[in-house]
Amino acid sequence: MSLKSRLFSMPGIWLQRHAQVALSSLGRLVGNRLSSLMTCAVIGIALALPVGLHVMLSNLNTISGGWESGASISLFLDQSISSEKARSLAETLRQHTRIETVELINRQTALEEFQRLSGYADALQALDSNPLPNLLVIQPKAEYTTAETAEQLAQELRLLPEADIVQLDLQWVRRLQAITVIAQRAVVVLAALLSMAVLLIVGNTIRLEIQNRRTEIEITKLIGATNAFIRRPFLYTGFWYGLFGGLIAWFLVALSLILLSGPIAKLAQLYQSSFDLSSLDPITVLVLLSGSALLGLTGSWLAVGRHLSAIEPS
Amino acid sequence: MIHFDNVSKRYPGGHTGLSNINLRIDAEEMVFLTGHSGAGKSTLLKLIGLLERSSGGQVHVNGRNLTRLKNRQIPYHRREVGMIFQDHRLLHDRTVFDNVALPLVVSGLGHKEIGRRVRAALDKVGLLHKEKSAPVTLSGGEQQRVGIARAVVSKPPLVLADEPTGNLDPELSKEIMELFTQFNKVGVTLLIATHDLALVSSMNQRILTLTNGALSHDSKTEYRDVT
Repeated sequence: MSLKSRLFSMPGIWLQRHAQVALSSLGRLVGNRLSSLMTCAVIGIALALPVGLHVMLSNLNTISGGWESGASISLFLDQSISSEKARSLAETLRQHTRIETVELINRQTALEEFQRLSGYADALQALDSNPLPNLLVIQPKAEYTTAETAEQLAQELRLLPEADIVQLDLQWVRRLQAITVIAQRAVVVLAALLSMAVLLIVGNTIRLEIQNRRTEIEITKLIGATNAFIRRPFLYTGFWYGLFGGLIAWFLVALSLILLSGPIAKLAQLYQSSFDLSSLDPITVLVLLSGSALLGLTGSWLAVGRHLSAIEPS
Repeated sequence: MIHFDNVSKRYPGGHTGLSNINLRIDAEEMVFLTGHSGAGKSTLLKLIGLLERSSGGQVHVNGRNLTRLKNRQIPYHRREVGMIFQDHRLLHDRTVFDNVALPLVVSGLGHKEIGRRVRAALDKVGLLHKEKSAPVTLSGGEQQRVGIARAVVSKPPLVLADEPTGNLDPELSKEIMELFTQFNKVGVTLLIATHDLALVSSMNQRILTLTNGALSHDSKTEYRDVT
């Protein structure tokens, strides 16, 4: 009977066999609970590292992305400029074609706020005069928020006689983003290396399993089992190792994020912003689980391909 | 059923397993293969089951030219040849039932059909009541009968047995031979390698004798010298 005719005549049985093999190899893993768990844990830890870093970086991207679009120009006015003058300057600048909003932070208000928030109230009380200048926080119109146009506008503002210091708070965001890009590359490299490690771990585990079941393989070949038939349980075993490793990685990353979310919320509060650490999104989880299962499958495929053909009954 | 045409088998290192074997075994024959250990009995069986390939000549089994058979076709050939071994070769982590079921599982039969056929085979060798036992709990003779049930469960036209009674006392050996005779009566071709000459001569069947890798005697034809 050819393979083709068997497939066509009994697709149900074929599926039933696969389900049976999948379950029995799962049963084998559960039978050797401790050693299976250790293998899966090693895979999980290896995968948790790049996934965790990826999540942290995408969080960082979210934050810095928000910072960039909110890039504003701080125009610190000369100390000699009075609040009235500052107010009229703000009014003038509001008419500027490239400027969306101008917020005046009165030097008096700023000092009060600083006293209230910094905890240096007593020390500041001791000062003769207010050291803070009036400040105009200028938000360019949306179409002028790119680094170049914002820089042009800043340059223009620097020429104002009232201006003391003009700061465009964008440079460090750019630098941060450049660093993030490097870090993302590093994560990709790390992920590739650790995926290779997972391949080797699964491959080696399957190799040992093949050695342990050598007699069984020989006997099954004697009886007329095809290589595909003999390969199947090992491939499923590799698949399960990968999948459970992925689940452990997911668990580890989720746990780390929960542990980090408290301190991060506190840090965000110190920066007067509320920031929620975004956890693993469904797509990342899906990629993680299917990727790890695929790695397990590939690892066992490599081992099976190398070692199974060497076993022939005698 | 089996046709050897000038077949020889040399092992790497120069050792000769078989030389210039010409042999014809028809369907439904029961043939004993005897000779001293090392005479080439096992090698001859291995060539038929394609555990080894001949180094010269043509081997035809069941209308198939084994010399031309590709490696990936070997499993399908083995499904048509039941093999019985002196050391039984059972899987010790499975029950008797699962051991006997293995050839049917391998060929992809359905659950119900497997159960029916396995029980029929176990019934034939008288071990139906032991289907849930582990092979290690059985005696040597019982283990061999499990091996026999496994070899015939898929109803192969040809059964090979390599020293099937090697570890058994004369009485058990006789029982095994009776089983073989029964299979032969329903049309199975049997080729049984054994050095138990007393047993063989009591069976009144065709006897082939190998000496140093050459066929030195065939009871069906006359005494002959193979050059």
